[in-house]
Amino acid sequence: MKRLLTSIFVFLTLSVPAQAAGFDETINNATAPIAKFIGTIVFFKIPVGEAQLPLVVLWLVIGAVFFTFYMGFVNIRGFKHAIELVRGDYSDPKSAGEVSHFQALATAVSGTVGIGNIGGVAVAVTVGGAGATFWLIMAGFLGMSTKFVECTLGVKYRTENADGSVSGGPMYYLDKGFAERGMAGFGKFVGTFYAIGIFIGALGIGNMFQSNQAFVQFVNVTGGETGSWWADKGWLFGTAMALITGSVIIGGIKSIARVTEKVVPFMAIFYCVFALIVIFMNYDAIPQAISNIFTGAWSPEGVVGGALGALIIGFQRAVFSNEAGIGSASIAHSAVKTNEPITEGVVSLLEPFIDTIIICTITALVIGTAQVAEPGFALVGVQGIAMTSAAFERTISWFPIPLAFAAMLFAFSTMISWSYYGLKGWTYLFGESITMDRLYKLIFCIFVALGCMVKLGPILDISDALVFLICVPNILGLYFLAPIVKREMDSYFARIKSGEIKKYKHG
Amino acid sequence: MTSTFLVAVDGSEGSDRAVEFATERALAGKAKLVLAYIIEWSPYSFHTPEELAERHGRREEEIERAQTKLLGPVTESLKSKGVDVEQVVRHGHTSETLAVLAGEFGASQIFIGRKGESRVASLLFGSVTASLVQTSPVPVTVVP
Repeated sequence: MKRLLTSIFVFLTLSVPAQAAGFDETINNATAPIAKFIGTIVFFKIPVGEAQLPLVVLWLVIGAVFFTFYMGFVNIRGFKHAIELVRGDYSDPKSAGEVSHFQALATAVSGTVGIGNIGGVAVAVTVGGAGATFWLIMAGFLGMSTKFVECTLGVKYRTENADGSVSGGPMYYLDKGFAERGMAGFGKFVGTFYAIGIFIGALGIGNMFQSNQAFVQFVNVTGGETGSWWADKGWLFGTAMALITGSVIIGGIKSIARVTEKVVPFMAIFYCVFALIVIFMNYDAIPQAISNIFTGAWSPEGVVGGALGALIIGFQRAVFSNEAGIGSASIAHSAVKTNEPITEGVVSLLEPFIDTIIICTITALVIGTAQVAEPGFALVGVQGIAMTSAAFERTISWFPIPLAFAAMLFAFSTMISWSYYGLKGWTYLFGESITMDRLYKLIFCIFVALGCMVKLGPILDISDALVFLICVPNILGLYFLAPIVKREMDSYFARIKSGEIKKYKHG
Repeated sequence: MTSTFLVAVDGSEGSDRAVEFATERALAGKAKLVLAYIIEWSPYSFHTPEELAERHGRREEEIERAQTKLLGPVTESLKSKGVDVEQVVRHGHTSETLAVLAGEFGASQIFIGRKGESRVASLLFGSVTASLVQTSPVPVTVVP
């Protein structure tokens, strides 16, 4: 961390245009060893056959499987009810004006639908082969249960501040939940650990990774690595992006944020529609692409570690995209005023579904069908979002430009959401004061700029490592608090069945 | 049994006239008045996480302001005239919510002031009065 701060300092003092040409490289060289160091600790691997299984991925998989069984497949059972809740069937008109289920879901989805859905999937397919897609979907399905537990707890244990605003999320449920079970000291410890993790992690997954990939795609459409004037101007693009972000989160220019939040859902739909068009234009390749996903899941060719290797990479990317197990979404969901915390958990089931099972799968199919139709298409060295862009370009030549636009908006909305998640971790630690609030937001903006100056490799490593790190205390807490969630869930569904909880609309 | 009249109040001149008109009718027929202020709000809009966190506080503020600043003075002056009056503030789609309130309070009539919007404006944004007339479960009196 100290070296990371040093590199920011270097960035601030050396921002002289004359030195800017070699600047991206300087930053890159400075961050690579840090990334490696953090990566080795967090992704401590145990060899299983040929594959290397990072313990933290195992931790997440076991958690997701456990919650799916323990909650009696709530991810399937609660699905229909989730849609009824979002539609407002159970909303009391007297409490209109409070945050609705739909709004909480839309905000949380805006936070998770980001570059990971476009670029992250390409990374998964490159490293894990087509079969990684299967595990990605599987992880999304199981992740629905994890998300259910964490969002329920987020609402149940939130804190109402003096000014009427609410603060919630894993740091609060870990803190209060453990205290309820007579382990106050431990709760305080894991809560603090989580808060530190989320505020640093927010700088990676919700910040540097996003701005980096938005920049990559921008360079891509303005002429590529060699042709674009922007190619070595990461510092300039990054500074611009940091200024816009700063104007929203520090300057309070809500209009920009509001526009983004409104455009993003339409952008997501627009992206899916065009992706489906591309897939169906390659209809010849669809059966083969789908079959590759299934055969690749069990017996992949050329993937290190075989099926297990594909599984690991699929799960890793899925968590990176839908954030189940990280606990971030529960911070957004905790704002909903409801007498039944379970309802928020049920609604949040839809997030991994939309994010991973729908959007990521569509991206995977775009790449998959392109690979089948033109086996040599994935050029060596093309990775991340550039690969997805190339897959689109094969069929619709002008698509990289709207894709770049979409990528920037996705990146931007994710950054806005994560700046808040990180802020909540920060204020949990340092209290809700204006000075601390501003200081954090300033740091956040610096990292936006920094994200455009380093290459994907080290950035992805740092992001991954930090985000997976906070899964450890979060899921540990979920195990301890799961019986409380289960009790409330059983009581809730029983009352739905007996008719004690009634619909307000639709009879 | 006394009947209940629901009056839509939004602080405009039109709504003042509606209150006045309804008061005359209420005094004549010994009816009870319910003054309703609707804060336009949709459960399907998009917000940043920060706005969500502040939402509960904002809502209380909005209701408080409408109760004391907008409806309060009207209620007081009507009470001094000897009218049986009650006030209610609700978030939602204006005409839909008025229709719901009419049912909730068992109102036999709704009084609403006409804004007198131009044709273009009501074409573009729709008119609350017109859609209330279309959907209301009870008779609507539009006060010009």
